[in-house]
Amino acid sequence: MEFQHIINEIKKVDPEMPERLSDRRTAMKSFAGIGAKIGLAALPFFIGSIFKKAYAQSGPSQNVVLDVLNYALTLEYLEAEFYAMGIAKGTALVPAGAPAAAIKTIGDHEAAHVEFLKTAITASGGTPVSKPTFDFTAGGTFANVFSDYATFLAVAQTFEDTGVRAYKGRAAEITGGGDLLTAALNIHSVEARHAAHIRTMRKANGFGDVKPWITGKESGIGSVVQASYDGEEMSTQAGINIVNINGAMISASAATEAFDEGLTKEQVLAIVGPFIVQ
Amino acid sequence: MIQKSSEALSRRAFLGMAGAATSMMVLASSCSKNDDDNMMNNGVDLGSGDVGILNYAYALEQLEAAFYTRVAQSPYNGISASEKALLTDIRDHEIAHREFFKSALAGAAISNLEFDFSAVDFSSRASVLATAKAFEDLGVSAYNGAGKLIVTPDYLTLAGKIVSVEARHAAYIRDLISNGSFADNTVVDMNGLDTSRMPADVLAVAAGFIKTKINASNLPR
Repeated sequence: MEFQHIINEIKKVDPEMPERLSDRRTAMKSFAGIGAKIGLAALPFFIGSIFKKAYAQSGPSQNVVLDVLNYALTLEYLEAEFYAMGIAKGTALVPAGAPAAAIKTIGDHEAAHVEFLKTAITASGGTPVSKPTFDFTAGGTFANVFSDYATFLAVAQTFEDTGVRAYKGRAAEITGGGDLLTAALNIHSVEARHAAHIRTMRKANGFGDVKPWITGKESGIGSVVQASYDGEEMSTQAGINIVNINGAMISASAATEAFDEGLTKEQVLAIVGPFIVQ
Repeated sequence: MIQKSSEALSRRAFLGMAGAATSMMVLASSCSKNDDDNMMNNGVDLGSGDVGILNYAYALEQLEAAFYTRVAQSPYNGISASEKALLTDIRDHEIAHREFFKSALAGAAISNLEFDFSAVDFSSRASVLATAKAFEDLGVSAYNGAGKLIVTPDYLTLAGKIVSVEARHAAYIRDLISNGSFADNTVVDMNGLDTSRMPADVLAVAAGFIKTKINASNLPR
């Protein structure tokens, strides 16, 4: 067909063209719908405009998108299995009623994230990484993670807050990533909702003096999870000091709470490393 | 790495963009004289490109900050000490966001908007929390939806730093209304994804509380 011929011609001068085009999933989607909407005679014009769109936009490469999605999948595997194992312990670990219901809500979301990301990775032309083998005691640091409610919630809080920071830290890499970026953002804010609720649960049980948001770089847990909170104490954003900004009475605490901070891939892998056996 | 890059996004970079946006606005206003009055009489123009998106966020933060300022000024009947403290925290976060955008946008910032909270009974816990829930969920969906319209990576990072705090607020407010509703299926779908909304949809909802007319027609789509 003409269309295939055009692609082959472009490939000769730009071997990466198919990759660029496959990044533009929305462009291709709109292409698929075009045939039905307009006469075939007008097609070449539309194909041209789609190519132009694919080249004009500066979006992430397919490799970057897949790397970020597989990174996210690894973290979601971690969270999903953690909650599944906690839920399997029944009321011996998490009290029945509101606590068990909340943990189930969160666990269901993490399991859904795993499935969603696997599908998204495959649809983007990649291969989902396989689930690592986890050790949620982190080599004995949290030996009673599945028998002590306080420890379970402390690890849950750390995973959720780290998850929020992990997505945030890599979002910029998929700037211009269209619907895949939106999906990543939609997962990111769900992790933040989880984090807020787990923090509220810990406070209500007297397990930690924490608010739904992160004050300074305080974990409310202890030095063992400090790496997940370091850097959260930023009170300057884009060179602008937030404390008492423009004469408003904004305390140093509020200034740090008002903005969550990202973590780099290296920082996150160092944090979750102890939980991954292989 | 991320922190370094966001620190590198200096105020000067913002100001540079602001300058460009201002000259574009001047251009727009000068051409409207020869044209029709579409551009001038259509309310506060958020602008175009990333500046437009930042002004859009600034407008929403103005709305939230104004609302929580009222909540803190006249706490609802039966408010607990913990609720009072955390709602005051939220007020401070929203003011911090608002003032951050104001400083960042500098000359390109839209003016102060006027609000109409006559639909809210500030003495009623139910009324205040229902409004807060609507604003927080709307804010989360607005940032989530606007993300793909942002061109500059550092701005996307900044939006990300704010949206997760809005999501924490949303979860807290929802739990105050009904414990366990922090991420229920009215906002999170079967794939575990939160809601995202495009600017036109967000502003249509927010318009009920904003007296000042907002022109979002130049925003990226």
